[in-house]
Amino acid sequence: MDFQLTSEQRALQAGMRELLAARFDREALRAAVERPGLDRALWRALGEAGFFALRLPEDEGGVGLGLPEAVLLFEEAGRALLPGPLVATHLAAGAVKGAASGETVVTRVDGGLVSWLAEADHVQGDAAGATPLRSVDPLTPLHRIPGTRTAEPPEAVLLTAAEQLGSAARTTQMAVQHARERTQFGQPVGSFQAVKHLCADMLVRTEVARVAVYAAAVTGDAREIAGAKLLADEAAVRGARDCLQVHGGMGFTWEADVHLHLKRAWVRAEQWQSAERACELLAAAL
Amino acid sequence: MDLTYTEEEEAFRAGLRAWLSRALPQLPPKPDPLDWPGRRAYDTAWQRMLYDAGYAGLHWPEAAGGRGATPTQHLIYLEETEKAGAPYVGANFVGLLHAGPTIAAEGTPGQRARWLPPVLRGDEIWCQGFSEPDAGSDLAALRTRAVRDGDDYVVTGSKIWTSHAEVADWCELLVRTDPDAPKHRGITWLALPMDAPGITVRPLRTLAGSAEFAEVFLDEVRVPVANRVGAENDGWRVTMVTLSFERGTAFVGEVVACRRTLAALAKTAKANGSWDDSAVRRQLGLLNAEFTALWRLTQWNVSEAQRGGGVPGVGGSVFKLRYSHARQELFDTAARVLGPDALDLDRDLTLDRLSSLSYTIAAGTSQIQRNIVAERILGLPKGR
Repeated sequence: MDFQLTSEQRALQAGMRELLAARFDREALRAAVERPGLDRALWRALGEAGFFALRLPEDEGGVGLGLPEAVLLFEEAGRALLPGPLVATHLAAGAVKGAASGETVVTRVDGGLVSWLAEADHVQGDAAGATPLRSVDPLTPLHRIPGTRTAEPPEAVLLTAAEQLGSAARTTQMAVQHARERTQFGQPVGSFQAVKHLCADMLVRTEVARVAVYAAAVTGDAREIAGAKLLADEAAVRGARDCLQVHGGMGFTWEADVHLHLKRAWVRAEQWQSAERACELLAAAL
Repeated sequence: MDLTYTEEEEAFRAGLRAWLSRALPQLPPKPDPLDWPGRRAYDTAWQRMLYDAGYAGLHWPEAAGGRGATPTQHLIYLEETEKAGAPYVGANFVGLLHAGPTIAAEGTPGQRARWLPPVLRGDEIWCQGFSEPDAGSDLAALRTRAVRDGDDYVVTGSKIWTSHAEVADWCELLVRTDPDAPKHRGITWLALPMDAPGITVRPLRTLAGSAEFAEVFLDEVRVPVANRVGAENDGWRVTMVTLSFERGTAFVGEVVACRRTLAALAKTAKANGSWDDSAVRRQLGLLNAEFTALWRLTQWNVSEAQRGGGVPGVGGSVFKLRYSHARQELFDTAARVLGPDALDLDRDLTLDRLSSLSYTIAAGTSQIQRNIVAERILGLPKGR
């Protein structure tokens, strides 16, 4: 047993982080908020980097890696708040022409919701009767679909959980940085236990979600994936809430990035297996 | 990221399982929880069986008489003994997990030879004299005085929360040897023989009704200077070696047990109808995710320790914070499932629920653990 990242996995993680730092930094994120729409050039760059073809076999033009590597890439995407139907396009690689290379943007109906419907080149599932809603997340256009939820592909659930994990790690980092820099009463607010303990709890939730997501990626077990989604949703949503709280009044502004993490975390918590459904699956396994 | 065990690790597991299936039926009957000498005899008999089979001090270095097992082998040992229903470490806890490793790391060759083999054989029992009525979370504020007199220290003061004090042979004792130095720099670690004149042990009754630990009063107790481990006034550093062991793999067996309790609880809920309440059912599902993740976190921390040469990291604080809370949630949920039966002291779950209340306090309160996480992992400034 060696439940730690291999050096190859670390290199993959670092490569993705560098790619996003170069192609989707904070400036690009804020620009995307002001001018919503999918950056096709970035989508192709992700395709070239193997983001979508990661799990396709090499003889089908893929990278030939597995879910453990995929969750590391999606964690980075979540950390950077990378927009777009990443999970759907990744899952469509090999099945929909051009998905693997990033030429084709694929979205997928997920129960009562579908994201990026207007921008996608290809829709998987039945999007008949879709009506747009004014999405709470400025970076995720959403449509409502009449009808009931269907069973989620476990990979979609897991990769969404990985994005939540990345967001939770990022909001923890943002809160700690603010707590170190912001002074009140003549000292950094992070020296006060009331603030310090919020940050410690954020880290604990993040690290618990991390091992849950990584282990579920290794085992591929549907129940373990449900647990990972549940814990990662909690880490992302509560992490963003606590990060907002640590930021005080600034946290309530449009200018701070915290709200973007919170809103995306709310969207992802609703996508690909809700908490209620995950809890039922986990209960049924007992 | 690899969750599969190597052939060597699986062979170790198979050998251990085979031995457990032969050994456990030979155990004497379990003693009454209030019979301390009986509990000591039972726990030490088990330790002797482990010793004879070569499993004693599995994770201790070979130089200290242990088997120098890897952290993963230790994890397998804790998992398998729990699954087989083997006795807990019990009265051997301090000797095997605190005092022993401290002596192994900091003692002289003579001290190691004197104290370690009896711990491994189950011949001698240790207790811990760290906390005091006025030194809990602020352990370094301890005031029990030790004054040098020839070849002895003369020790006066009081200790509290000392488990197994009534039946222990030795006490790992922290004393103040320099009252003028900064508080962390005037502390010394001593091995106190519990039969020395001047020691009074008074059992403390816990809210669970049992006397799980005691107060220890020391009135001019003479302790030979030769019983000092480490240098005079260096006891704080010596102690930190011990405490880092406490936050390593101490809860592995308990996580295994909690997962079994959860499965049994689901059965009870299905039988008594509370399963039909979606709030209860989903809470059980949530706990399934929780304890699965805690098991994975254990494997993560053990793998990290294995890569780092066996030294447990601060990840233990993350684990303890989450686990102690999860354990309380588990038994609170058990109470929801049991309804009025949760008020019955003759049910194990009721006693487990009561004892779970100590988990967010003992071995560093959750508040102290959060300080550790915030300051040592996140790098936030010290302060109150």
